[in-house]
Amino acid sequence: MSIWARIAGWAALIFGLLYFFIPLAGLTEFSLKARRGVYSFDAYAKVIGDPEFQATFTYSIMMALVTIVVGVLIVVPTAFWVRLKMPWARPYVEFITLLPLVIPAIVIVFGYIRLYNTSSWLPLTGTLFGTNLLLAMGYTVLALPYMYRAVDTGLRTIDVGTLTEAAQSLGAGWATILGRVILPNVVPAVLSGAFLTFAIVIGEFTLAALLDRPAFGPYLQRIGANKPYEPFALSVIAFGITWACMGLIQLVTRFSKHTKAAR
Amino acid sequence: MSFLDISHLEKSFGANRVVKDFSLAVEKGEFISLLGPSGCGKTTVLRMVAGFEEPSSGAITIGGSNVVGKRPNQRNIGMVFQAYALFPNLTVAGNVGFGLKIKGTPKAEIDRRVAEMLALIGLPDKGNFYPFQLSGGQQQRVALARALAPKPQVLLLDEPLSALDAKVRVSLRNEIRAIQRELGITTIFVTHDQEEALSISDRIVVMNGGIADQVGTPFEIYNRPTTRFVANFVGQLNVFRADDAGRIGGVAVGNGDFAARPEALSLGRAPGDDIVLPATVAEVHFLGSVIRVTADVAGTKVALDTFNRPDTPPPAVGQAVEVSLAAHDLIRLGA
Repeated sequence: MSIWARIAGWAALIFGLLYFFIPLAGLTEFSLKARRGVYSFDAYAKVIGDPEFQATFTYSIMMALVTIVVGVLIVVPTAFWVRLKMPWARPYVEFITLLPLVIPAIVIVFGYIRLYNTSSWLPLTGTLFGTNLLLAMGYTVLALPYMYRAVDTGLRTIDVGTLTEAAQSLGAGWATILGRVILPNVVPAVLSGAFLTFAIVIGEFTLAALLDRPAFGPYLQRIGANKPYEPFALSVIAFGITWACMGLIQLVTRFSKHTKAAR
Repeated sequence: MSFLDISHLEKSFGANRVVKDFSLAVEKGEFISLLGPSGCGKTTVLRMVAGFEEPSSGAITIGGSNVVGKRPNQRNIGMVFQAYALFPNLTVAGNVGFGLKIKGTPKAEIDRRVAEMLALIGLPDKGNFYPFQLSGGQQQRVALARALAPKPQVLLLDEPLSALDAKVRVSLRNEIRAIQRELGITTIFVTHDQEEALSISDRIVVMNGGIADQVGTPFEIYNRPTTRFVANFVGQLNVFRADDAGRIGGVAVGNGDFAARPEALSLGRAPGDDIVLPATVAEVHFLGSVIRVTADVAGTKVALDTFNRPDTPPPAVGQAVEVSLAAHDLIRLGA
């Protein structure tokens, strides 16, 4: 590689880093200026001490966990079955899982409201539990492209067919094969999908706002519209959560004991 | 009735008939090899016995009960795969004990059986290792122990040595045979390697195009092949065509094509050999204890093996020699 190519490479990298970090640094710096003349964590303290923050954040975490469980229950068996018995259906399933990326969340939520309103045949929006369920289903759909891809990539790293046959020859049924053979071997992939789902759910606004649920996304929007420093502190916190999720994905993948040989 | 009875088994994938009217009776404790080239249907037969493929027609009975229609996990069959197929998330002990755990065996009994199996395969101290910490040969031994631990009725081995290097392959095949003899378990071994099949089997089924071309002991298969395919596929072969009068080298043998193994041919006139053919040495390969000579006999290349003797140097390329053989060593080639 010539010296100019190397310089150009470094210049592109530095430009990219500056492009990404300067706004973030500005955001962080501004969030620390709540007290006149000095840097402080006042905005953070105020946000974290706000009971509404705690309530909405806890709600979103709970919803994220429900979404992850529902997503894993739907995606892992589906991806497993498609890989094992219906490889011809893979392009169709992939296409379906990509739909949430092209169909806006607002379309999905209006569809839900139309289908499951109080005068419909399944009035889910009529109760809190029903609306929460609807929200969890909506989140599952939004997270589908990430969860499916993560799990499918994980399944690609193991010989699903032979492991399944080996387990069957040892007397295992389908539930045992999924629970004891397949799932443990795609844990890093499932966790990757789970952390991505978590990051999506924590910041999601449209579904929660239109279904009128007390989630973190609408709270973020409300604070942003009414307060000077707190929204910036919240943005930094939201960034931190997303990055922590990404870090955890890396950590889980690196320290997964039985996948060491593959690297 | 035999312990494992396969009768008139057929399997088609769409319009492609991969197994045609395959029948085989296996006695309890017997070691049978299915030998044949790629695509001959041997693995499909094995997979039908295991339950991974449903036969298009035919019956498979194990211990007197028909297993066709039963799911693989209901057949009590142990299987070893070419790609080991050890569960990466489980330790060696976890892998070996997997089948017993599924059966609901008490933990103490599982521990005892796992220790017994690990001792049997010569890896008593590897119980806490993960598969990725073992060599290929060790992984395959663990796969064998895992298949044997639940005491299956039949052991199926699907080219278990193919992924291993030559040295490990030879030692492991001997180990497999020793373990099989020790446990007396009925075994079907699929391979495309004739040396493997010849060296460890009680009987061999040579398959070709979905049918069993010949079933016999290794001695019978090698020395008395009944079809041209078996003669060609198993071992090396020299083909001689009798002249119009049905003679080879002036000796009446009958009409048609005949074959002789390299070890049935001798350089010079060997005592007892009645067919003598003039030849020219074309190639000489010194293989240590054996010297393989390729000679040109009236335009046909024939290979013959002679033992190396320190006091007799091998013939030179281009040297005029005589090749002799006994007429009774000739194998008549059928269709």
